[in-house]
Amino acid sequence: MSTATNEGRGSLIGGVPGGTPSAAHALLPSAEPVQLVDPDGRSHSDQRYPLPDGGRLLGAYGRLITGRRINDQANALVRQGRLAVYPSSHGQEACQVAAAVVLGEEDWLFPTYRDTVAVITRGVDPLEVLTLLRGDWHAGYDPYEHRVATQATPLATQLLHAVGVAHAAKLRGESTVVLAMCGDGATSEGDFHEALNFAAVFHVPVVFFIQNNEFAISVPLKNQTVAPSLAHKAIGYGMPGERVDGNDLAALLAVLGAAVDRARDGGGPSLVEAHTYRMQAHTNADDATRYRSTDDVERWVPKDPIVRMRAYLRTLDLLTEEGEQSLADEADAVAATIRKGLNTEVQVNPAELFEYVYTEKTSQLREQAALLREELARDADADAAAASGAAGDSTEGDQR
Amino acid sequence: MTQTTEAPAPGITGRPDAGALAPRATTFAKALNAALADAMEVDASVLMFGEDVGPLGGVFRITDGLTARFGEERCFDTPLAEAGIMGMAVGMAMNGMKPVVEMQFDAFAYPAFEQVVSHVAKMPNRTKGKVRLPIVIRIPYAGGIGGVEHHCDSSEAYYAHTPGLTVLAPATVRDAYFMLREAIASPDPVVFLEPKKLYWSKEEVDLAELRRTFDDGQAPRRIGRAVVARPGTDATLISYGPSVPTALAAAAAAAEEGRSIEVIDLRSIVPFDDETVCASVRRTGRAVVVAEAPGFASVASEIVARVQERCFHSLAAPVLRVTGFDIPYPSPKLEHFYLPSVDRILDAVDSLQWEDGA
Repeated sequence: MSTATNEGRGSLIGGVPGGTPSAAHALLPSAEPVQLVDPDGRSHSDQRYPLPDGGRLLGAYGRLITGRRINDQANALVRQGRLAVYPSSHGQEACQVAAAVVLGEEDWLFPTYRDTVAVITRGVDPLEVLTLLRGDWHAGYDPYEHRVATQATPLATQLLHAVGVAHAAKLRGESTVVLAMCGDGATSEGDFHEALNFAAVFHVPVVFFIQNNEFAISVPLKNQTVAPSLAHKAIGYGMPGERVDGNDLAALLAVLGAAVDRARDGGGPSLVEAHTYRMQAHTNADDATRYRSTDDVERWVPKDPIVRMRAYLRTLDLLTEEGEQSLADEADAVAATIRKGLNTEVQVNPAELFEYVYTEKTSQLREQAALLREELARDADADAAAASGAAGDSTEGDQR
Repeated sequence: MTQTTEAPAPGITGRPDAGALAPRATTFAKALNAALADAMEVDASVLMFGEDVGPLGGVFRITDGLTARFGEERCFDTPLAEAGIMGMAVGMAMNGMKPVVEMQFDAFAYPAFEQVVSHVAKMPNRTKGKVRLPIVIRIPYAGGIGGVEHHCDSSEAYYAHTPGLTVLAPATVRDAYFMLREAIASPDPVVFLEPKKLYWSKEEVDLAELRRTFDDGQAPRRIGRAVVARPGTDATLISYGPSVPTALAAAAAAAEEGRSIEVIDLRSIVPFDDETVCASVRRTGRAVVVAEAPGFASVASEIVARVQERCFHSLAAPVLRVTGFDIPYPSPKLEHFYLPSVDRILDAVDSLQWEDGA
């Protein structure tokens, strides 16, 4: 987009907010979402956000292809009954990939339930990520292994945890940055407000990343807020806000990267709003035709994040037919791993339900665990007796 | 007791004579303050934050002097937002800290409820113990101080009903110290209920001695352990927190009438000490549960159910409850009608079918 619209606006690069009117003005987002590669694959320069180099874009594009494949595979597995539910990020994969790849090893990612692709992109084993959605009782992965918090279901609550992790890191003098994700609906929650305010007051290194996909299940954004944009909310907390085309991988890498650098350099928190679209229903249990038309969805098809990045990379000759095939093969391999893993029955262990409620089981939990254990033993005995029932009647004989 | 050469506990002992001789009359509030200071001194990951807990020292002065002694990075005021306080504590605990947060008043803790129930209580479980949350949620709690509305709730049942939380309510100065130290040292999240009306109660204790005892690992465990606060043979009063002194007063009055009443101080609501409670009731054959909270669907109800299930054949009478009425906590001029009183407890004891049994 034209840089003229950005005149007089700030950016996430450099600058710590002050109290003067011009400093306050610098906290406002661009008039239009930052876009570096348009839907036709043409690049546009933006004096504030340099276009990431080709190698970086190509690497991220590969993750995009895998991310889309994961979404498609997970949807198929729900239809086959192998996953209880899957909130798909189809159409939002550029946000997913960018959120993960802008972070370093020392950083933390706080995802929501729709951010499975971001979690996998960060390096967490796909089968572990899908543990909860396939019907087991726990969150699946160790949050410390890749510094990825458990996927949050209660909206916006995880944003405060992100602030706490960043605050602790700051107190210890570590260079950790925390990237906390939420959706447009979550911005109406009180915890969203408290998290941004706490982050700003304590000046901690958190990047709040809103994927505005226009719907909170069925409710459109206009029912959530009448603010000029979600990024405009940042100025109310004294932190900079920025808007970015959420289907433009290049712009996301540039804007989120700048926000992470800013936080790491002691610039404090910032808010990034990505404009994207939830191409599929909320989950497979949802019927999106009840609240939006096919035409609405069709309008977003040409803006697909993969299409434009492929066109751009092909134009630059960074992506060849063979290269595309090899990325598709990699994505297929990940999908095959997921398919294979989920086609084996999940092994649930009822005894585990009592193990982690407290560090040490209470006497009440010991009693209840014993009760369940006895029930299971009785069931097993009954099954064994039924299996050998045709062969003998010793039980009846004993009773007489 | 020997004289101590240790530095006096911080903040609470700004006066030149403080800490010089021991034991001395010490308030419940001062014991809590000393417990916080001692915990912060022995463990740099212990942090204290909340509303007005910084330079002011908390509206009840429980955090008095902590900011001055440990700096504003370790004891600090937050924006006025309880969910924010609790949610930030979760993240800090995830990242190696041991946050102690103050909720200022019982009823002001409700905005934090979602964080407590959905995250503080569940995070260790849903991560199979990978993420432990050593958080202490301090709540000045319950009535009896002439407080206005929203300042006197007995909110223990909400927390006790939530698996994953440890819920404590000390009733003595010594327990206040030891239980807060134990709560801070616990790897599990603890809801620490501080009976407001006991803040100014006093006991002769030597805080330096208490500290040595705890730091040397010599303090008996109190989480999950009830205690016989007064031995007796005819009936058992089961109480916790603010109701313990009332139960003890009732037992003393009953003694004058020739009845020997045992008083159990639960100290720990969760985990619940079935063993100590039931051993007492089996001995005495009669029991009354005393608690300030409204009785319907309460901790008192749970205790009655547990005692009845476990001690049925030892009971000479139904297990009774003396609790608050099922009404919002009343105004200062009316609270004495609401609170369990010595007379109401003695009436309950009198109705324990003495003519039929012993």
